[in-house]
Amino acid sequence: MPEPLLDVEDLRTYFSTEEGVVKAVDGVSFKVNAGERRGVVGESGCGKSVTAMSIMRLIEPPAGEIVTGTITFDGRDLLKLPEAQMQRVRGGEIAMIFQDPMTALNPVYTIGDQLIETILLHQDVSKSEARDIAIDILGDVHIPHAKNRMEDYPHQFSGGMRQRVMIAMGLSCDPKLLIADEPTTALDVTTQAQIMSLMLELAEQRNTAVLLITHDLGVVAGFCDTIQVMYAGSIVERGSAVEIFNNPQHPYTWGLLGSMTRLDEVHRKRLNSVRGAPPSLINPPKGCRFAPRCDFTKQICVEALPILRQSPEGQRVACHRADELDLKNLEMEPTL
Amino acid sequence: MSDTIHQGVTSGSQSMPEDVILRVNHLVKEFPINRGVFIKKKVGAVQAVSDISFQVKRGETLGLVGESGCGKSTAARSVLRLLEPTSGEVWFQGQSADGSIDAPVDVAAADRQVLRGLRRELQIVFQDPYASLNPRMTVASIIAEPMTVHGIGDAAERVEKVKHLLEVVGLSPEHTNRYPHEFSGGQRQRIGVARALALNPQFMILDEPVSALDVSIQAQVLNLMQDLQDEFGLTYLFIAHDLSVVRHISNRVAVMYLGKIVEMTDRDTLYDRPMHPYTHALLSAVPIPDPVVEVSRKRIILEGDIPSPANPPPGCRFNTRCPKAEAGKCDVEEPPLAELEDGHWVACHFPEIMQLV
Repeated sequence: MPEPLLDVEDLRTYFSTEEGVVKAVDGVSFKVNAGERRGVVGESGCGKSVTAMSIMRLIEPPAGEIVTGTITFDGRDLLKLPEAQMQRVRGGEIAMIFQDPMTALNPVYTIGDQLIETILLHQDVSKSEARDIAIDILGDVHIPHAKNRMEDYPHQFSGGMRQRVMIAMGLSCDPKLLIADEPTTALDVTTQAQIMSLMLELAEQRNTAVLLITHDLGVVAGFCDTIQVMYAGSIVERGSAVEIFNNPQHPYTWGLLGSMTRLDEVHRKRLNSVRGAPPSLINPPKGCRFAPRCDFTKQICVEALPILRQSPEGQRVACHRADELDLKNLEMEPTL
Repeated sequence: MSDTIHQGVTSGSQSMPEDVILRVNHLVKEFPINRGVFIKKKVGAVQAVSDISFQVKRGETLGLVGESGCGKSTAARSVLRLLEPTSGEVWFQGQSADGSIDAPVDVAAADRQVLRGLRRELQIVFQDPYASLNPRMTVASIIAEPMTVHGIGDAAERVEKVKHLLEVVGLSPEHTNRYPHEFSGGQRQRIGVARALALNPQFMILDEPVSALDVSIQAQVLNLMQDLQDEFGLTYLFIAHDLSVVRHISNRVAVMYLGKIVEMTDRDTLYDRPMHPYTHALLSAVPIPDPVVEVSRKRIILEGDIPSPANPPPGCRFNTRCPKAEAGKCDVEEPPLAELEDGHWVACHFPEIMQLV
């Protein structure tokens, strides 16, 4: 086994609020190999974005704090790196693109200036070389008339074009890992298809590992090799895309898939919704955090927190009853 | 029902089949583009809704889909006269309590008093459950407000009705004195639904009612909408950008692009044998949550972006991005929305059935 590119061990990121400490990420461990495309899925508040922000060390104390954990990237523990070195990693070796490309770009500088700045910051090149690299990469993300558009400001680009610029900026320094946090959520579906196919093309070409964070299970299905499902601050299931989609072992994953309307599904009268709502992360339930919403809860579920372990099906799942439940062959009974 | 959609445009009253509850004829909504600070001068117009016609049958759900800026929400608001339509007719044919069909009324031409009566029958649920509920009103007063405005019942009766409505939408009747911020997004959307139901409407517009919600909550609200439809015999106009949600809930679907309806038919026909190139691109772009299916899917990637509605391209509005567009035809002549198969309306010079799902 080669060394993984990214190795997150027992990450806990907490936020202090007036009501108490919010355990946004509470004991998350995972590895990502070079060139791997990993999907991180879950609903709002499950901790998927905070995981990404923690990797980039973008959690600002005193509001938030990485309480424990190690984040080993390419052999170094990012949490122990001095800020100056971390700055080289950020945008250089690990790039990040965000949901809203308008707020992520500076409105008063041209696209060209912003791209050149990024390149100069991370690469040892002259300004005119940086300019050439910038034009090249805008071409790579299929922006027409790249040379002329260098002089344009963000507002002169459409949402999809701005996201292309963000991808260009992210890839300009040839990072080993690209973190994409809901990159297409603000975009229309035809634009989403454009952006996802562009990301796939570029990631394959450059062998870039991608951590794709999204609430949209459809988007990960076509893009990711492996998937981890998060719920209330921890990973509840992890496996290959095929394992997760075709044979979910955790009742939450199963419920999530059953909640989805599918384009290729002939009319189904009711959806198999997950009842209730996610728990508060200030005082999460003692046992399994999904227990209050789960259809299969037993005494053990409310008493002990299940840990992520290998299931006979191959993927890893954090459920006390994973072995005895046969979710695949269960009739989808409506719950409400 | 061959060409019924475009019939009776000029006549003062409308004869409609009994099973039709709403008929929209040549609806146009323009927003002026003004220039100047003190002396405003109209220098142009954005035609957000550009001559659309459709009808909705009693008890069915018509899905109206399209991407942002296609005019679907503007169309919905113009139907209810929350926005004043520039031109066109909106005929509503209600049903009395005894089951008899009322004479059709043109919502677009109704005076204040008639409109007030119509508001009881036509209701709307908005997308954003955070912005559409007054944060300083209790849930009880939010849900009771339509009844107060229309003078229905006395205070005690309204309290009872509010409790009943809360139960109907799956909330606890004890929650009447809470404020919106004490509820989650899904619960707020239920409150919005309860408010819309307060006057026992016949027709409801659902404007992206689940877009702001998480998947598991989305499913709860969609199930609720279907239960309510069955229970109260409601007719829905369901506006959404998500084609899989629309497939799940609609009986018929209309696809909009840049202010026009480009294709309209029953649900299964639209998904199984779409004919308009824009519908093709739209359907092929929607991801399916199944890695095995995804690998084998054909994806039509559209070039470029949606043109500005202030300056729509001549001819077919989709011609600038259409893989099938032919110069001299598509960029010159606007294709009419024509019934190419029974009940299957398409606005394209080169329609073709394609299997994409």
